[in-house]
Amino acid sequence: MSSIIDFLGNSAYENVSNAIKLAKKYEYHNAILHITEKRALEAAQKVDSGEIKGKLAGVPFIVKDNFLAFDGPTTAASKMLENFNSPIQATAVEKLEKEGAICIGKANLDAFAHGGSTENSAFGPTLNAFDKTRVAGGSSGGSAVSVALGIVPFALGSDTGGSIRQPASFNGVYGVKPTYGAISRYGVVAMASSTDTIGFFTTNANDADLLMNILTGKDTNDMTTIESFYNSNIENIGMKKIGIVKEFLEDGVDSSVRDVVNKYIAKLESAGHIVEQISIPIVKYALAMYYIIVPAEVSSNLARYDGVRYGLRSKNIKNIGDLYGMSRDEGFETENKRRIMIGSYVLSSGYFDAYYLKAQKARTILIDEFNKAFEKYDVLIGAVAPTTAFKIGENTSDPVKMYMSDMLIVPASLAGLPSISVPAGLSIEGLPVGVQLITKQKNDALLIGLANQMEKQNV
Amino acid sequence: MDSISISDVQHLAKLSSLSLSENETENLRLDLTRILQYIELLKELDTDGVDPTYQVTDLCNIFREDEIIDYKITRSDLLNIAPDSDGESIRVPKVL
Repeated sequence: MSSIIDFLGNSAYENVSNAIKLAKKYEYHNAILHITEKRALEAAQKVDSGEIKGKLAGVPFIVKDNFLAFDGPTTAASKMLENFNSPIQATAVEKLEKEGAICIGKANLDAFAHGGSTENSAFGPTLNAFDKTRVAGGSSGGSAVSVALGIVPFALGSDTGGSIRQPASFNGVYGVKPTYGAISRYGVVAMASSTDTIGFFTTNANDADLLMNILTGKDTNDMTTIESFYNSNIENIGMKKIGIVKEFLEDGVDSSVRDVVNKYIAKLESAGHIVEQISIPIVKYALAMYYIIVPAEVSSNLARYDGVRYGLRSKNIKNIGDLYGMSRDEGFETENKRRIMIGSYVLSSGYFDAYYLKAQKARTILIDEFNKAFEKYDVLIGAVAPTTAFKIGENTSDPVKMYMSDMLIVPASLAGLPSISVPAGLSIEGLPVGVQLITKQKNDALLIGLANQMEKQNV
Repeated sequence: MDSISISDVQHLAKLSSLSLSENETENLRLDLTRILQYIELLKELDTDGVDPTYQVTDLCNIFREDEIIDYKITRSDLLNIAPDSDGESIRVPKVL
């Protein structure tokens, strides 16, 4: 794996050529759907000639294929957008390019970011960086694997209910989901607007800090963004009170995962932090809330794919009556259809109060319980996922079994809290395990600071 | 919550503008039943008197000047991404 610093000051052309060479070498993992070679090499020449300067001059990166970017289609790993060439770029991509970073490709994901394994991609699953018979995790699986394989030092992803943190855990890299609204979503394919959050994968805490500085801040094109709050002070964080969330480490969580997380907790203690156990009972309902609220928002956000203005239009249409239904049936994957239909169900008259409204009330209780926990603790800790990367095909027959993988990461999403996945070591089977750190909104720097401190202890 | 019927699935497909094949309809019936059974879990939670949360920031009513912004997108850019156009307008199948 590589760090941003390894690329600074080198020939950008060589950086980019080498990254593309590696991307081709690891093609078998299916982490990258499209290499943006032409534009990347052109940008590299501009960096080398001094025309483009910046904090990331000549550093290659990869972006999840639900971010609009030039030089090739933005597919969201769906048939719906297979041939969609965007006339604009996402704000996050533009900000990185402004600092001289160079996008070399678009990463695989679960179609429309619906899933936790990247098996729902219309273009085949991404294979785990450590074990090719296992899933990459998801939905940002391609981004995580690209960083874990050392193709690029960082990659952009999106996290609606754990889609950055879970694949980060499965591939042994850092996964950062900032505070909701911290990074602009302009130009990213919308999934569930009340939890969609932009974030990234890195191989170390310092790079995460650098990217937070570059990417956060208000964007007039995304009215949900908040004023820049990121306080880049990751050294000397002092002694902190850390709460181990009991529900994030009990039953349901494999002992092989628990062992690695507990070792990390022991390290925090020996570094002088106060570590205590806390119970947040409401989190056991969070997954049910999530699979009501998010499908409701998905059904609304995916209504825009109508076969008229952009995206796939079925070739089998005989009259206008077939246009929407057939185009949508052909363009969406099964998981997209499940979520759209569950969304239609929970929003239907007669069911609205029992499901959608109930879930939004439960969400209030969840937020209140988190707030109460933060009165006592600076940071909450637990596992990211209940298992290590599972086998390809192992969870595809039962959607609920697949959803269980999100159990420990959706609570922070529903509350808009910053949450990161930090690589904590390998399980006895030799598979990576991440720990999840959560804190108050806008306190993101503390998580990165704590991870930075633990990283240095490793040496 | 028992299970949902084929006609429930067909109704949901209609609400969702999805023309499902017969095979898909039966598979989705099983999947959706499983998912709905799972989310039933929430029923046991007491939420009486709790206000719902629809968004997690304190932001509200973000105003901007009512100016036309072109977002650097041209008319021809938009026609180019449409599945079918005559160069002037987006074309759709015949109504009658």
